[in-house]
Amino acid sequence: MSISQADVQRIAQLARLQLSEAELVAYSVQLRAIVSFVDQLQAVDTVGVEPMVHAIELSNVLAADEVRAGLSRGQALANSPDHDAECFRVPAVLG
Amino acid sequence: MEAESGTALMNSIPYSVVIGLEVHVQLKTKSKLFCRCSTEFGRPPNTQVCPVCLGLPGALPVLNKRAIEYAIRTGLSLNSQIASFTKWDRKNYFYPDLPKGYQTSQFDLPICSRGFLDISDSKGAFEPKRIRFVRAHLEEDAGKSMHDEKAGKADSRIDLNRAGTPLLEIVTEPDLRSPQEARAFLTELRLLLLYLDVSDCNMQEGSLRCDANVNLHIPVEGKVVATPITEIKNLNSFRAVERAVAYESTRQWDQWKIDAVALGQRPKQTRGWDDVQGVTILQREKEESSDYRYFPCPDLVPVILNQSDLTDAQASLCELPAAIRSRLVQQYELKDYDSDVIVSQGKAIVDYFEQAVASGGPAKRVSSWIQQDILRLLNERQQSLSELGFSAERLADLTKAIEAGVVDTSRGKEVFAKMLDQPNLSAQAAIEALGIKSVGEDELMVLCRQLLTDNSKVIAEYRGGNPKALATLIGQAKKKNPNADPRKVQEICKQLIDSGAV
Amino acid sequence: MELHLASAAEISRQLVTKQISAKEVVHHFLSRISRLDAGLNAFVHIDTELSLHQAEQIDNRRASGDALNPLAGVPIAIKDLLCTTDMPTTCGSRFCAGYMSPYDGTVIARMRAAGMPWLGKTNLDEFAMGGSTETSIFGATRNPWDVGRTSGGSSGGSAACVAAGLAPLAIGTDTGGSIRQPAAFCGVSGFKPTYGSVSRYGVVAYASSLDQVGPMAHTVEDLALAMDVISGHDPLDSTSLPRVAPGYAAGLSQTPLRFRVGVVREQIESEGLNPEVRAAIVNALSVLKDCGGEVREISLPHSKSWVPAYYVIAPCEASSNLSRFDGAHFGFRAASGDGEKSSSPLVDMYSRTRSQGFGAEVKRRIMLGTYALSAGYYDAYYLKALQVRRLIRHDFDLAFQDVDLLVGPVTPNVAFRLGEKVDDPLQMYLEDLYTVGANLAGLPALAIPCGRSQAGLPIGVQLQGKPLDDAFVLQIGHRYQQAIGWRPSPAPLS
Repeated sequence: MSISQADVQRIAQLARLQLSEAELVAYSVQLRAIVSFVDQLQAVDTVGVEPMVHAIELSNVLAADEVRAGLSRGQALANSPDHDAECFRVPAVLG
Repeated sequence: MEAESGTALMNSIPYSVVIGLEVHVQLKTKSKLFCRCSTEFGRPPNTQVCPVCLGLPGALPVLNKRAIEYAIRTGLSLNSQIASFTKWDRKNYFYPDLPKGYQTSQFDLPICSRGFLDISDSKGAFEPKRIRFVRAHLEEDAGKSMHDEKAGKADSRIDLNRAGTPLLEIVTEPDLRSPQEARAFLTELRLLLLYLDVSDCNMQEGSLRCDANVNLHIPVEGKVVATPITEIKNLNSFRAVERAVAYESTRQWDQWKIDAVALGQRPKQTRGWDDVQGVTILQREKEESSDYRYFPCPDLVPVILNQSDLTDAQASLCELPAAIRSRLVQQYELKDYDSDVIVSQGKAIVDYFEQAVASGGPAKRVSSWIQQDILRLLNERQQSLSELGFSAERLADLTKAIEAGVVDTSRGKEVFAKMLDQPNLSAQAAIEALGIKSVGEDELMVLCRQLLTDNSKVIAEYRGGNPKALATLIGQAKKKNPNADPRKVQEICKQLIDSGAV
Repeated sequence: MELHLASAAEISRQLVTKQISAKEVVHHFLSRISRLDAGLNAFVHIDTELSLHQAEQIDNRRASGDALNPLAGVPIAIKDLLCTTDMPTTCGSRFCAGYMSPYDGTVIARMRAAGMPWLGKTNLDEFAMGGSTETSIFGATRNPWDVGRTSGGSSGGSAACVAAGLAPLAIGTDTGGSIRQPAAFCGVSGFKPTYGSVSRYGVVAYASSLDQVGPMAHTVEDLALAMDVISGHDPLDSTSLPRVAPGYAAGLSQTPLRFRVGVVREQIESEGLNPEVRAAIVNALSVLKDCGGEVREISLPHSKSWVPAYYVIAPCEASSNLSRFDGAHFGFRAASGDGEKSSSPLVDMYSRTRSQGFGAEVKRRIMLGTYALSAGYYDAYYLKALQVRRLIRHDFDLAFQDVDLLVGPVTPNVAFRLGEKVDDPLQMYLEDLYTVGANLAGLPALAIPCGRSQAGLPIGVQLQGKPLDDAFVLQIGHRYQQAIGWRPSPAPLS
């Protein structure tokens, strides 16, 4: 499968990345080469093979339902680009 | 079916409404799903947060054991299949109330699959039916976003206290066929969840949320055509669900008559319910259809449940509302309606009823006293049973006395009031204090003769064909002797008149 | 002996016997840093007052007779990807410039508790994505052996500071070789433990199922001492192995008399392998034979699929892990566009912020990952790569039925010139062909110096073991270093 410029535009939108015309062209070329490279995986026979999500097989890692102190509001907001001492502020969420 | 003339079709309402519900239940664990911040409602913004639920760089999730237990408990009660292997997936999208830029949820292997809940209407508005579930899965809640205008600049203020709270998303099959069924389903589901004690189920506080998927099935020339599905959001009460579904079905029918667009010919719409106007309003179409790019969360490991885990969970399930309902009918010979009322009030009331009966109170009388007097009082006073302070034993005493004829029903209310006033007063003591004694037959006879003598008009009315005329004598009877049993007074007066003694 | 010519173990002994104070040790390295780092750019943040204060506290505790960890007072440099409350955590990115984490990661907390002073935060490729530190907003770190060449990446800063004698110990992270490759390029030792051995809580995530924290130092003994501090179960990390770490340092001398070594045919015969590197590996193998190793050739049939599988899985996980960088709650937020009238100011803020906040390589990987996870491509790319991953792991499992250890090259070449591969992402990716296997399979892998090229550039050899066989891998590495009389040998810098 080849990745088109339209694909890259769509992906950039999904990933919330703004690309200039020049960037769109440049990234498309690079991504095409990379996708082409990883396409060699298609040739590997994987019939009946379970996907391996984790490097180690663990299960049932559970914590007791107990409240533990977290961060203070001041700490939570400290790195925020815009806040009003109570809440984070972002440009309006419309629709 | 053969199509009748077009006009006839237009004049009837030849469609069925098809409804599926998506219910989000906030589980009442003490801490969040993947971190140990408190889930307490109503705290100041951003005071129940930590690196994990804030989505700070480097933070990692750890699953809350109790959330799994509550999910299993709920699934078993809904007759669902509990997955022996369940895992976590990331649902990726950008929104300011979602700090990580993804929601940890369950995509293809939800913890619960299938299942059902039986609903019925004691007033017979619809036939009892079984509503099936598609699935129920766990996911983390998002934070809250509040619109704010300040100095002409529109912003959203974000409070992440709620971010990370455990939600159980329960999805039904589109088995519901009327607004009434939808409401009954939600009522029964909510009751069940309260009995299981897994959620506060408070729609005002947001611990129970509901979206409705509605479309119509319209028979056209022997086939059934479906209209496009509408998802209705912003439903803040069961009544809103009922009204919104009713409105939407008429709206879709009107729409169908105009454009005859069927399912698949137009994408699914999302409409918001406006409770003030009583209409659904089309919401802004999303810019691009959401591609959530679900994939297994590499920071979390699967949950594997074995048969003995599930058997234990099943064994420790409390008695469920449906089972209690039938048991009360069978064990205490209550009517369906009465059993329903008691069960719908919650486990505390059920226990209260059973305790009262166990202490000797006659079941039917205890039931009606609970329904008419206890529940009314609790509602008026906004109190809980324990706050009311009228123990099941005392109710038993009171109802026993009334049943035995020691007190008549109307005077019984007086006794009740007195007992309420003095928490340690027994029924017996209250009766005595009020000077209630049963009045002997002879005394009553004398009283009645007197009444009839003084009220010859009543005799005439009675003989004239109006038996209710005797009821007017009760007030006078009680004035002369407060202990006079109104029922007996009427009986004796009747006897005297009929036998020609007066 | 000059402290920068000593191993961490030797420094520790001097501290314990009170021949020297922690303050003196820290002071020694801080002054070397102030003299020499400008030419290397290994450090991105230094706080001399903090470092000396930390050292002083340990000296006081030692004076009071407190029982202390063997590494107490031994200073360490930290890759700027681990969250620290007392120094910024920039991740080499504009996005996190000046970001002060409100919490310490678990590894940081353990080192703090052990009384190890920080020398500073070290340079890295942006968000650990790269093999040369050239994608860092702070510019590349230079190789102390040839400042016209890369120190490798992404833990280039950590490797270089040890190699230059600016720190006796450093912490790095390894997702596709990011500890081992820079260790090999810089002539130091670096260890990527079995996945789950060291907590990832507080480590800014690149690819969650592949990332591991590991130590870098001159000697394997030092790596073992560091592992004793940082490893072990962490209840804050769901992927943390539920076991108490074995005593790595104490176990070092327990080398088995005989062990079976496998050489991967697909690696030793690969065309791209520099003959000088091959020769150094062959040399290392003969040393291992003398140590009791029985060498045979084995095959890992899916070797060719390692790099493509990695470059699907890692970007997929990264594309999701980096979604939290959106300018909303922390970090960089782009200024709003002038007079911009937009239908969605929020989406614009996201897009502008992420476009300005991330460098090109990070954006490339985010887009690659987004593509591979998107509807219609998920099965062919992400799912497929995970299936191939299992086959890769299976290759290793089969091999480890016949051998105890795999030995081979770390990199196909010695350190490349700065700027040489920056314009060709694919070329850069192919450098990882020997290292990504251990990440995909979760195995422990050690890189230790085994020679020099004609031009004097370091060459490393890689030792890989079965999952959970970390102690054994370190034992053999230590045995090897003893056999060749290995000593800390920092690059000669003026």
